[in-house]
Amino acid sequence: MKALEIKNLVKDFGTFRAVDNLSFSVEKGGITAFLGPNGAGKTTTIQMILDIITPTSGDIIIFGLDFKHHKEEILGRINFSSPYVSLPTNLTVMENLLTFARLYGVKNPKAKIEKLAEEFEIKHLLPRMTASLSTGQLTRVNLAKAFVNDPELLLLDEPTASLDPDIAEKTLSILTKMQKERGVTVLYTSHNMAEIEKICDRVIFINKGVIKEEGTPADLIQKFGHKDMNDVFIDLAREE
Amino acid sequence: MKMNRINALIMRHLYIYKRSMPRLLDVFFWPVMELLTWGFFSFYLGNTGGNNINIAAMLLGGVILWQIIDRAQNFISTYFLEDVWHRNFLNIFVTPLKLSEFFLAGVILAMIRLVVMASFLLILSYFLYAFNIFVLGFSLIPFLVNLLLFGITLALFINAIIIRFGSSAQVLAFGISFLIQPISAAFYPVSALPAPLATLSGFLPVSYVFESMRKVMAGGPIDWNSFYISLGLNLIYLIIMWFFFSAMFKKVKVMGNLLKVQD
Repeated sequence: MKALEIKNLVKDFGTFRAVDNLSFSVEKGGITAFLGPNGAGKTTTIQMILDIITPTSGDIIIFGLDFKHHKEEILGRINFSSPYVSLPTNLTVMENLLTFARLYGVKNPKAKIEKLAEEFEIKHLLPRMTASLSTGQLTRVNLAKAFVNDPELLLLDEPTASLDPDIAEKTLSILTKMQKERGVTVLYTSHNMAEIEKICDRVIFINKGVIKEEGTPADLIQKFGHKDMNDVFIDLAREE
Repeated sequence: MKMNRINALIMRHLYIYKRSMPRLLDVFFWPVMELLTWGFFSFYLGNTGGNNINIAAMLLGGVILWQIIDRAQNFISTYFLEDVWHRNFLNIFVTPLKLSEFFLAGVILAMIRLVVMASFLLILSYFLYAFNIFVLGFSLIPFLVNLLLFGITLALFINAIIIRFGSSAQVLAFGISFLIQPISAAFYPVSALPAPLATLSGFLPVSYVFESMRKVMAGGPIDWNSFYISLGLNLIYLIIMWFFFSAMFKKVKVMGNLLKVQD
């Protein structure tokens, strides 16, 4: 069963084609890495899936529903997190999470947030102003926000970027535990290839808006004859 | 329309008021400063005697009612800019929130703030200048509806421009009402304007409101004809501006610039 299907997706910005007839699908339940060098078209694709950018042409099908005609339902069943997107800093963590819980129509939002706060180990942060949080704390708050509506599909854009290895490892272990417990499908972007090898079942590699490779991390490592995904990434990024 | 989403945004903004002095200043400080300046001027004018007593009351009425337009527009624009300043567009527009719900929450929030602000101004003007705007009786209600509608229309226009051209256009949010004020007939009648500007004033819904206010304060009946013209113009402009705002929102999504509004 497919959670996400992208069919012949195209995005032109004037004469520049950022996404070029992209087609791929993501099966329900796993973590799929969506990789590519800077400017490959990853963010544009993710923002089209989230309806922040309107595609030039092509179809986005989520949970078997055409996004164009079931936008409200689909957006209620997916979520997103990125360390590059901040939450309003003039609210407390609890106020921020309550706002998003209400936007998603979560029943009994306070209880839901307290449970999530325990799972992400941020309960002590709930009364704190968001502006006073460290990067690691903010990342976990962002992830708690991403789980507030019990999403079936989660788009995570470099969730561990700018975290030190200790906090990154901790964040990742909470994230994978939550993902397994809930069976949520994750589309994951990162430039940390060790992380990709560790948590992702599958990799989709794009460059210049088109898919270059697809497969499991182990398959790709074997195919390119390298010892890890880092070298695979470099090969694919430099491929003409 | 889902009330939970509208309520979420209203609550998100009300949280800020608990601890934000600039937001409280927005509600109380600037309108009170206007009232004090023009109020004392009206008081002085009234004390000079003769017909000036009536002019002073009309001037004070104009000051209070002008605040409804100016603050309605400013409150809605600030509500919108809050998410620009906090780079929160991505977070809120990846939820099932509709553009109409986003805007309606801003209008409701502005109305809450306006009721608080107007009540404070009316109490203050009564105690400082013995001015009671309720001498206008029930006619005050249609006046207020038309002023509020025009404030909302102006806010839609400004927000559409900010969405299209980015946060550098936010200066409009704090200054556009001054462009309209000279031909709004808020403080003097349309007849005081040169012919071309008087014609232009005829296209402004609020000029009918202020002209009617003066007639009622001078002891005349409510000019319902002016009310309907004002309401008609307001509704036409409001619908046009809603389509303009929606079109700009769609356009920036096609251009991939929605998040660049925040830069």
